[in-house]
Amino acid sequence: MLDQAGGYTTVDGRKIGGVVMEMKNITLRFGGVVAIKDISFDIREGEIRAIIGPNGAGKSSMLNVISGFYVPSEGEVWFHGEKRPPMRPFEVARQGIARTFQNIALFEGMSVLDNVMTGRLTHMKTGLFSQALWKGPAEKEETENREVAEKIIDFLEIQHIRKTPVSRLPYGLKKRVELARALAAQPKLLLLDEPMAGMNVEEKEDMSRFILDVNDEFGTTIALIEHDMGVVMDLSDRVVVMDYGKKIGDGPPDEVRNNQDVIDAYLGVAHD
Amino acid sequence: MPDQLLYAMEVTLNGLMAGVLYALVALGFVLIYKASGIFNYAQGVMALFAAMTLVGITEGQVPFSHLINAIFGTEIHNFGWQLPGLVAILLTMVVMVGLAWCVQQFVMRHLVGQAPIILFMATIGLAYFLEGVSDLMWGSEIRKLDIGLPQGINETLDRVTYDLFGYGFFIDNLDVVASVIAALLVIALVAFSQYTKQGRAMRAVADDHQAALSVGISLNFIWVMVWSVAGFVALVAGIMWGTKSGVQFSLSLIALKALPVLMLGGFTSIPGAIVGGLIIGVGEKLFDFMIGPMVGGATENWFAYVLALVFLVFRPQGLFGEKIIERV
Repeated sequence: MLDQAGGYTTVDGRKIGGVVMEMKNITLRFGGVVAIKDISFDIREGEIRAIIGPNGAGKSSMLNVISGFYVPSEGEVWFHGEKRPPMRPFEVARQGIARTFQNIALFEGMSVLDNVMTGRLTHMKTGLFSQALWKGPAEKEETENREVAEKIIDFLEIQHIRKTPVSRLPYGLKKRVELARALAAQPKLLLLDEPMAGMNVEEKEDMSRFILDVNDEFGTTIALIEHDMGVVMDLSDRVVVMDYGKKIGDGPPDEVRNNQDVIDAYLGVAHD
Repeated sequence: MPDQLLYAMEVTLNGLMAGVLYALVALGFVLIYKASGIFNYAQGVMALFAAMTLVGITEGQVPFSHLINAIFGTEIHNFGWQLPGLVAILLTMVVMVGLAWCVQQFVMRHLVGQAPIILFMATIGLAYFLEGVSDLMWGSEIRKLDIGLPQGINETLDRVTYDLFGYGFFIDNLDVVASVIAALLVIALVAFSQYTKQGRAMRAVADDHQAALSVGISLNFIWVMVWSVAGFVALVAGIMWGTKSGVQFSLSLIALKALPVLMLGGFTSIPGAIVGGLIIGVGEKLFDFMIGPMVGGATENWFAYVLALVFLVFRPQGLFGEKIIERV
């Protein structure tokens, strides 16, 4: 069903494009510990790609490799058809890869709007002095970026807390603000690290809806990590399954669900 | 109005002016502490270095001239120019930015993620190193700094108050100028951190490193920028204090006076540094004026520290501090 050249069509009829990001034989070691063992997979334009696995499978490490927080010990990362040299996280972000964190990394002292505006930093070009003087191009740029930020704030239904300092928000809303900040960068690839972690059922449903809406409305390519199988299977177009740093499955949810290795990993069958 | 009250008013006014100068030094500490959690012990020496550099550049002194002459047997001391104040200040600022870059590149970059006490120790080392470099570059004599700032008694104020109360207030012109410049500096700094892209990035870095990286902010760049701004504040403080009492080693000790200011105002607040400075300035002058005679005078030397101690007991985060933070 995977058409190598031009993508594929999903069950619900969405057109998925070519390869955006390709991980080739990625291995990641920390001293003697091997976190990721020779894993390859790709992420295609417009799809929701999930990486799942039991705790300690190496999912977060993989996300950190994609976002540049870890440099792989071996293997290549290809982004938009080009091999990516070793990069620091801020350079990766400037390439158009935005992310959220498992343990929420927001700017606690700033308001929601300011947090979302930091997501626009990579799109701001005017110099320091014109900004300080608040004139001409700088003003225009600020207004334009502000519009994008406001649009995303509306979209994620957090208008009512725009001016609230983030430190005062409950957990579920913080997660949503973090998503808003990542979206504000209008990323080519959006990485979500356990977007549903620690949420109650209602919040999980909200978050799932937002993820689907974001993908639908903005056509954003999304890669997400989850250990909650049920949520992932409903959300994603294709799933990579990891266990003990190795890839044990890759494909559409239905296919993965029936994969014996995956079932073993999740039901805890002893490894030989 | 009774003489005693008028005199107290004059003392208060002078205290406010002195407080502004303390606040100037404290500002430099706050900036670096906010953005990187480093308590920069070298801030006072940076003021000394900036003032020395300014004097040297103004007078066309050849940097490291003694060293050069000793090695090569030459006899060069002076370029033979006398630069106008503004040009010299700009050149000095270039030097301070270079210093900021060096500090980040050779010291702080290698200590990312270390405990605050390690970073603090590094800045102590930096202070001694910079002191030595300053001596080597510009010599260790006491220098006169005059870039044309008005000095001496403000006669207008003297006359006006004399006409009003029959008692002329004695206020130094330099203190008035310092107050105006400090006010402008604070407005500029607040505007910078609130309304510019770089300011927003700076606040972001101060808040959360990982998150800052994830939105494309280069920590290195921000830290060089912050050290540059702190260098600029040090330069302003150096000019004011240097004009007042000459550029000499004791200039670096004004950093000690900034400590109680920071404890009062909180290590993380720009307005706090200002208010803290003013409270200390007015407090020590008034205390010396009213209580001083009863205890044999010379209370100015210790009043600020005792006040800071009292604050530490009852409100350790300071007046405007964000949260309880580790003391150094």
